[in-house]
Amino acid sequence: MSAPEQLPEIDNGLLRFLTCGSVDDGKSTLIGRLLFDSKTILADTLNAIERTSAKRGMNAVDLSLLTDGLQAEREQGITIDVAYRYFSTGRRKYIIADAPGHEQYTRNMVTAASTANLAIILVDARKGILTQTRRHSYLASLVGIPHLLVAVNKMDLVDYDQAVFERIKADYLAFAAKLGIKDVRFIPISALAGDMIVDRGERLGWYDGPTLLDILENAPAAHTERAEDFRFPVQFVCRPQDSANPELHDYRGFMGRVESGEIAVGDAVTVLPSGATSKVRRIEIGGIPLERAIHEQSAALLLEDEIDISRGDLIVKSAEAPEPVKQIDATICWLAEAPLSPARTYLVRHTTREVKAKLAKIDYRLDVNTLEREAATGLAMNDIARVTLKLAQPIVADRYADNRGTGAFIIIDESTNNTVGAGMIG
Amino acid sequence: MSTLTKQTLSHLDWLEAEAIHILREVAGQCANPVLLFSGGKDSICLLRLAEKAFRPGRFPFPLMHIDTGHNYTEVTDFRDKRAAELGERLIVRSVEDSMARGTVVLKHPGESRNKHQSVTLLEAIEEFGFDACIGGARRDEEKARAKERIMSFRDEFGQWDPKNQRPELWNLYNARSHKGENIRAFPISNWTELDVWQYIQREALELPSIYFAHTRPVVRKNGLLQPVTDLTPAKPGDTVEDVLVRFRTVGDITCTAPVESDADTVEKILAETATTTITERGATRMDDQTSEASMEQRKKEGYF
Repeated sequence: MSAPEQLPEIDNGLLRFLTCGSVDDGKSTLIGRLLFDSKTILADTLNAIERTSAKRGMNAVDLSLLTDGLQAEREQGITIDVAYRYFSTGRRKYIIADAPGHEQYTRNMVTAASTANLAIILVDARKGILTQTRRHSYLASLVGIPHLLVAVNKMDLVDYDQAVFERIKADYLAFAAKLGIKDVRFIPISALAGDMIVDRGERLGWYDGPTLLDILENAPAAHTERAEDFRFPVQFVCRPQDSANPELHDYRGFMGRVESGEIAVGDAVTVLPSGATSKVRRIEIGGIPLERAIHEQSAALLLEDEIDISRGDLIVKSAEAPEPVKQIDATICWLAEAPLSPARTYLVRHTTREVKAKLAKIDYRLDVNTLEREAATGLAMNDIARVTLKLAQPIVADRYADNRGTGAFIIIDESTNNTVGAGMIG
Repeated sequence: MSTLTKQTLSHLDWLEAEAIHILREVAGQCANPVLLFSGGKDSICLLRLAEKAFRPGRFPFPLMHIDTGHNYTEVTDFRDKRAAELGERLIVRSVEDSMARGTVVLKHPGESRNKHQSVTLLEAIEEFGFDACIGGARRDEEKARAKERIMSFRDEFGQWDPKNQRPELWNLYNARSHKGENIRAFPISNWTELDVWQYIQREALELPSIYFAHTRPVVRKNGLLQPVTDLTPAKPGDTVEDVLVRFRTVGDITCTAPVESDADTVEKILAETATTTITERGATRMDDQTSEASMEQRKKEGYF
């Protein structure tokens, strides 16, 4: 791969977004509509859902069947897990994380939201803002999705009435202010009829904003528009000493992905937690030199000085070095069936580092429906809480609000190796 | 939402960077991984991604192919040549060896050996003590795959439990396993068939010749073209035609069908792929047609 500035701008990058709504909000139909109208559904897939629709006694093809993945889900007519869908408009590639809307699946929503840069929150025009609309919005803002799009669906069932749309918009804005949600847009749609998804249709003439697809096409692909500090967690150290090439005898490439910011040859860097300093001598990918590397790019860094660096270390620019910490305050979501045990030691994976951790205290548990704070001594699946964790070794972290890559962590139960929790520092 | 201002990677660069990150996570977290290389286009992309991830060092894993013994020689020759060019170790384990051991029993001699690869794969995992297998599967290939994790946990029997998967958040992959268990890692999960062809074009990757249009004797059956080979001879009453075809996937001869095409370059294949109306597995996999759930069934049994 050549440096990005040398590449022609062949496309508008890649956007990951999340769709959230409850079983009846028409979420699957919306996704089916996006795939269908952007001509991403292929003939044999369509044949298969035509057969299934007929088997279930339906007259028209049910677009929601496109997103029904697993056998158990097809049998029960529900979705039980996050599914990922893909479509491309030629200008941009999209990855949709489709999270089920049921009450008990907070963990799926948090999982799907963790990689998304935009969330579409579906509201049924007949029902307006529901408890779960608030819950989805809260979770989307908790996980730091920068852009929310409230799609008021089923406009066909309220005669495309502008007053209904405006009322829902006002209701939503009233509670969004309390959550601190800043970037929120509204659009009236009918996923079933296809109005204002890819095509404008003819029944929403009073709405003069862009279509849903236009909004997706023009949303920023970057997680944040702010300039971020350079953060480079070391994944792997390349030392090809066994090579026949003597020039490689002293080669030490520190391999990783730029979590944020950018780095150029000559920049002064600090390695954490040791605090050793050096300068970037070379940046490579696959042995080919680059002038610089930007956020989300995978690269290898070669330094001017011989420093002992291993997986789990963090390379930063010397002027932007954070302090290592042995205790963290965080908001966590408990993901496992087995409850959090305050007596146990867990493993925290933060960037490429793993440290043992114990719960120091639970400040409060949050009711995601009412947003009320409650006292708690333990946590069960789908609980969200403010906690303090003690760590056996230091980590080098940022606040999640400042840096998604170095502010996030997962909690692993070593006895099962399961991922049991997700945390956001700050 | 303002218009795009901050510089971001093109979609191919982003997919490449993600795949490299995943490969390095496997290398960083797992003690004894292996990369499954069949000579097919997806695993050919994986090899280029591994070069970008680990050169100038050697790959921190060997390559392995589970050979059904029913592969086109163009593909197995290519497989051997590519491994030799890279100077990386290639392990080949054969379904026929499992048949000789009696661990694979065919219902009838002509039965597709595709699903029996799971048995041979599990035997090879045990033989070498692999704790992770890197594969070229993509989520857009099939419904069951759309819900699979990038690091997908398999129990001691190699089984995938779709209802009990590890949550996978941010880019914090959990590739931990206990002895005897296994992780399947899929670095190109988020790629589509079109992305793969665009990457092949950009990187000028060499492919086995049967990916490109060539004339081949076939029989038309159930809307598919069945190649006429020593393994799949024409039956009495079949009409054999010479047709200009190419393969979109290269698997077991008995269950992989070509599509009619005159695309003899990557550019022409890209043009066809961008406008195709048949999904990749639908056009070419006779064994997936049986039921909508057949891939999920095979994955639960330990298939990739």
